[in-house]
Amino acid sequence: MDSKRANYEELKVSEYAIEMKNITKTFPGVVANDKVTLQVRKQEIHALLGENGAGKSTLMSILFGSYIADSGEILLDGEPVEIKNPNVATSLGIGMVHQHFKLVQNFTVTENIVLGMEPVKGRVLDLKSASKRVAELSKQYGLQVDPDALIEDISVGQQQRVEILKTLYRNANIIIFDEPTAVLTPQEIDELMEILKALRAEGKTIVLITHKLREIKEVSDRCTVLRRGTYIGTVNVSDVSEQELAEMMVGRAVKFEIEKPEKLPGEVMLSLQHLEVKDENGAVKIKDLNLDIHDGEIVGVAGVDGNGQSELLGAITGLLPLSGGSIILDGEHIEQLSIRERIEKGLGYIPEDRRKYGVVGEFSIAENSAIKSYYKSPFRKKFGILDFEAMKKEAEHLIDQFDIRSAEGPVTKAGSLSGGNQQKVIVAREISLSPKVLVVAQPTRGLDVGAIEYIRKRIIDERMKGRAILLVSLELDEIMNLCDRIATISKGSIVAVNKQHEVTEREIGMMMAGSHKEAQA
Amino acid sequence: MKLSRERLIQSDGAVSVLVVFLGFLVGTILIALVGKNPLNMYKAILQALSGYNIDNGKMNIRYIAETINYSVPFILCGLSMGFANRVGLFNIGGEGQYIMGMTIAQMVALLGPQVQGLHWVLAILCAIIIGSLWGGLVGVLKAKYEVSEVVSTIMLNYIALYLSRIITLQMPGATTYKTANFPETALITNDFFTKITNYSLLNNGIFMMIIAVIVFWFIMEKTSLGFGMRATGFNKEAARASGIPVVKSIALSMAIAGAFAGLAGGIVALGSFKYGRVLSGMDNYGFDGIAVALVGNSTALGTALAGLLFGMLKNAQALMQSKQIPKEITFIIQGMIVIFIALRSALILYQQYLDKKKLQKEVGVK
Repeated sequence: MDSKRANYEELKVSEYAIEMKNITKTFPGVVANDKVTLQVRKQEIHALLGENGAGKSTLMSILFGSYIADSGEILLDGEPVEIKNPNVATSLGIGMVHQHFKLVQNFTVTENIVLGMEPVKGRVLDLKSASKRVAELSKQYGLQVDPDALIEDISVGQQQRVEILKTLYRNANIIIFDEPTAVLTPQEIDELMEILKALRAEGKTIVLITHKLREIKEVSDRCTVLRRGTYIGTVNVSDVSEQELAEMMVGRAVKFEIEKPEKLPGEVMLSLQHLEVKDENGAVKIKDLNLDIHDGEIVGVAGVDGNGQSELLGAITGLLPLSGGSIILDGEHIEQLSIRERIEKGLGYIPEDRRKYGVVGEFSIAENSAIKSYYKSPFRKKFGILDFEAMKKEAEHLIDQFDIRSAEGPVTKAGSLSGGNQQKVIVAREISLSPKVLVVAQPTRGLDVGAIEYIRKRIIDERMKGRAILLVSLELDEIMNLCDRIATISKGSIVAVNKQHEVTEREIGMMMAGSHKEAQA
Repeated sequence: MKLSRERLIQSDGAVSVLVVFLGFLVGTILIALVGKNPLNMYKAILQALSGYNIDNGKMNIRYIAETINYSVPFILCGLSMGFANRVGLFNIGGEGQYIMGMTIAQMVALLGPQVQGLHWVLAILCAIIIGSLWGGLVGVLKAKYEVSEVVSTIMLNYIALYLSRIITLQMPGATTYKTANFPETALITNDFFTKITNYSLLNNGIFMMIIAVIVFWFIMEKTSLGFGMRATGFNKEAARASGIPVVKSIALSMAIAGAFAGLAGGIVALGSFKYGRVLSGMDNYGFDGIAVALVGNSTALGTALAGLLFGMLKNAQALMQSKQIPKEITFIIQGMIVIFIALRSALILYQQYLDKKKLQKEVGVK
């Protein structure tokens, strides 16, 4: 009896808050986690690093009970637990801040926080005491947010704090953050880093899912690296460099800097003048937007998501109707033209959502390569008959030239390709059409490092060929790396255009947040 | 072996065959359950397919001809559903397009110029045109104003039915159920067929049906128009972003779909009847066409084969009844086939389950 208790005591003082041992999880066709082990010490910030598809989110979903592992065990404070669903995880003190917030837009902060465990006095909802508790929590952890504000009225950064408060309100001791910085401005990222440190100081254990090395170096104590579903290793962050972390993540040496030879821009090739776009409800999404893009330069559009980027892309490509202004491509007005006519005038487009707008998944690589030019020679013969052999030949050429990896060559269905190879199909198609202007949106989102390097290099190559390129991206790194000039978009207007070497990420961050004047001062 | 099973489940054609087999299996079990001999159903089916009556050893080619004749409108209405389906639309309006085609063909037959060789051609052409207008209207509403094609086609089916009654009641010699007889020049009967098939109703419609199947295949698989339509059907957004005129594709596909069903109406009016009919209800070829297209995976050849199957079942009904098998069993078989087709995704889930198990074995999960 006594020995049993002693044993129990010993277990209780386990060094680790979380231990996941030999976790294996399979999905049809994929081994997402292959005997992965994760050991998180109490009161540490533990980073979980890996490329897209490395199995980070799967592992954390298992910890949070959204998935059940095929095999392996989970121990919390040394005690084996079975986490069948997220409710069990919550009752065990595990909270998760999802990448895409799960908030009700027209509820207040307090209402969102108590949702699902509403406090009652008798039979009446008692929001007042809840609101007080929320205010206390936000004071304790430095999470400033107005408990009575509506979610739709507060910034993305504040919404994230609401998500954090939600976990604290449920007495979480372990908080999982899934790619928390993806939607934040540089300033908001700094603030989040402070919040993470404050949480640690208050005794919380934090798991940070990310692929951004700088954040790991800044706040985490230790880091576990996954690659293609397998466990690579756990390191003390202070013992390794960013370069070493990157190599662990990718499995080979990585080049950070992109070679970008000097190139003098030429004539104005695309001119956007006084653009105005309204949504279906008549709300103005783009207002008096002006921007010129020259031959041989890459102009980046930097901004926080939802500041008119998709509307700008839609207006240029013709996917959305323009309510005012003009678009001039190589001296010709194109704002009244159909999508196909714009393509024929020399407008290329690499869309951000490649599965929705970029490829037809059920079509082969050959058909996808020809999808913008199938109605013309050499693909279209007499009486509208198509020459599918010519399409296959052209696709073979592109597969060669752009290193597209597929199971069956030109007849492989695009839907069965990996994200990187789908993107290569799109890039190959757009470049092969020799556009005068190439509009590129989020070209490397969700791709692995190899594909990212390749796609970026191809974009630079196009610049060297003298094409005008407009790059819209939410990744400020990408814009700083690739662009010659950077246009910052805020609330549907371009607030500033700077040469790349004349501006810092911090300054752009300030302008993205809408405080243009401060940045100039 | 494993590979072949995977291929089997992934191949649309193989799934259709499997599904038809399962449908018959259920039918067989049902007949046995009601205490009849399932063999009699297969005897009836054999007779509908080959004309051979196994009980008395007599051969009558007329049964084969009737099977084919029944399948003509099934196939054409299947093409109507299938064509729209390939462009991502659900054409429930085959019935209305069929009725309009039939009505106009009857009208031209009764009122048109009685010129040998021109009269029936004109009637058939008018049936095709009115069918494509009836379908095209739905396409325009869908493409321009985003009116759900499901709702508008259902409505148009009823409009077609009652419009048909109003028009046909105005025809010469119209009673509450029929008009005067058509002049000889309007009929598409084929004397040669009539002679060699012991006075079956098989007529020149079979040639038009074959041409329609080829036209479907040619447009869809071979032309640039079909390429744009298929892209629209698979992924409308990507097609639009690639410059494909999706509005035009959608409107045009419904018009072409309507033409197939209109042709079916014309063929039934001028081939199977010698007078105009005042419809008291729908013929249901348009609705059965939905099932035919589903079984045929909306391809030209698949739809033709599925249409033949449905024609054969329809022809077998009378034969089954004479062998004391309730003819309703054929409707059950048809229904089971459609249900099994709808369960296709279950097969895919099963395949994924097997894949997962295999993977788990490979990585050594207990």
